[in-house]
Amino acid sequence: MTGLSVKDITYRYGAKTALDGVSFDIPQGAFCALLGPNGAGKSTLFSLLTRLFVAPVGQIDIAGHNLARDPRAALAKLGIVFQQPTLDLDLSVRQNLSYFAALHGLSGREARTRIDSSLERLDMLPRAHEKARSLNGGHRRRAEIARALIHTPSVLLLDEPTVGLDAAARAAITGHVHRLAQDGTTILWATHLTDEVWPGDQLVVLHHAKVLTQGIASQIAGDMPLRDRFLAMTAAPA
Amino acid sequence: MTPYVTSLRAIVGREALRFIHQRERFIAALVRPLVWLLVFAAGFQAALGLSIIPPYQTYIAYETYIVPGLCGMIMLFNGMQSSLSLVYDREMGSMKLLLTAPLPRWWLLFCKLAGATAISILQVYAFLAIAALYGINMPPLGYITVLPALAVAGLMLGALGLLLSSFIKQLENFAGVMNFVIFPMFFLSSALYPLWKMAESSKLLHDICALNPFTHAVELIRFALYVQFNAAALGWTLLAAAVFVAAALWGYNPSRTGMSRRG
Repeated sequence: MTGLSVKDITYRYGAKTALDGVSFDIPQGAFCALLGPNGAGKSTLFSLLTRLFVAPVGQIDIAGHNLARDPRAALAKLGIVFQQPTLDLDLSVRQNLSYFAALHGLSGREARTRIDSSLERLDMLPRAHEKARSLNGGHRRRAEIARALIHTPSVLLLDEPTVGLDAAARAAITGHVHRLAQDGTTILWATHLTDEVWPGDQLVVLHHAKVLTQGIASQIAGDMPLRDRFLAMTAAPA
Repeated sequence: MTPYVTSLRAIVGREALRFIHQRERFIAALVRPLVWLLVFAAGFQAALGLSIIPPYQTYIAYETYIVPGLCGMIMLFNGMQSSLSLVYDREMGSMKLLLTAPLPRWWLLFCKLAGATAISILQVYAFLAIAALYGINMPPLGYITVLPALAVAGLMLGALGLLLSSFIKQLENFAGVMNFVIFPMFFLSSALYPLWKMAESSKLLHDICALNPFTHAVELIRFALYVQFNAAALGWTLLAAAVFVAAALWGYNPSRTGMSRRG
């Protein structure tokens, strides 16, 4: 079954083409890394996947729901971790998560149970009562990932979630999210850092608004480290 | 509870929490109209003679005249402040969190609007209480009948803020817009002087004031404070609110490419 399907997406800002005929499918429960240098079109693709804006051409299906025809059903299946931090720093972790739960129509005991279990999954339950401002960068990110899981989405999108974190926090978060995929959540993880991609991951390489290649990371890397392969691919004129 | 009610409660609650956390904002919002009332009005008292005009049934002090205008001022500033916070939210990313919720966008924006209006109304009541302590009293029933008028005026001005926020791309552009919106709207209205006074000095200015939706919002509040109903003012305020809401929804439409200039 397909977790996330992107077909023939093209998007322009005036004369500049941000995405040109982008297509890929991610099977349910797979971890797919969307690798691309800065400016490749990753953030535009995320804005289209989250319906912050709408693509005039192409089709997006989230867990079988068409985003254009049935946006609310599709968005209900989607968990999102934005590149920018979106926690309200004056509120506690739990208050932040409760606000989000309510946006998804969850309140009362059900919301509390779900918030507890998703904080538990990210080892964040002991910090539930701390103000977001007092958390370090890695813990803030984990709180945001926990928040994105409250409504048990089938597909989780993460837009460069490790920006600004130290190596240990990066490794911890990358590990956490890979485990979520093993539990059956479809993951799309945008990054420009090859060390966040594991050999068995699905990989889509985006460059100059187009999909340069896609497949299993280890097969794309071939006989050289993925980092070198990626640099070689993106250095060549597209 | 339906998802609609749950989200409304959460969004209004968050606006309220945010407001409580910014105590300076609450104090500033109260000090501004009080300075006008206690200083400006005192100075102008002698200069400005007011005749008996509806809804007043007797000669009134200038301080009494400007109270409804200052209520409107609180709501005008609040509308712009909430619009500023929307632009801030968009720059900071929390607007994305709101707009990607699985609810219709118009509902999410309405919840924001309702939250901002609720806070405006609380501030107006705090101001009216201080004015009453100072000796400017309204008919007791007026404090109740003004509530729906404040709600309509607050929604209209909040919708204007929403509209502006959908077209302002960056926080830095905001100060200019404030000057071009708040000051003309406030001074070209019946908040500080009755329209017939304005007509004495300039017919054109009078006509502009009469077209200004803020004038109608102030008159709606003024009449309601004296337990009277001003149908024309209500009609114009509602019409302006409808136009601003429609334009704001268009501004926030995800297929409008203007929205997408900033990722």
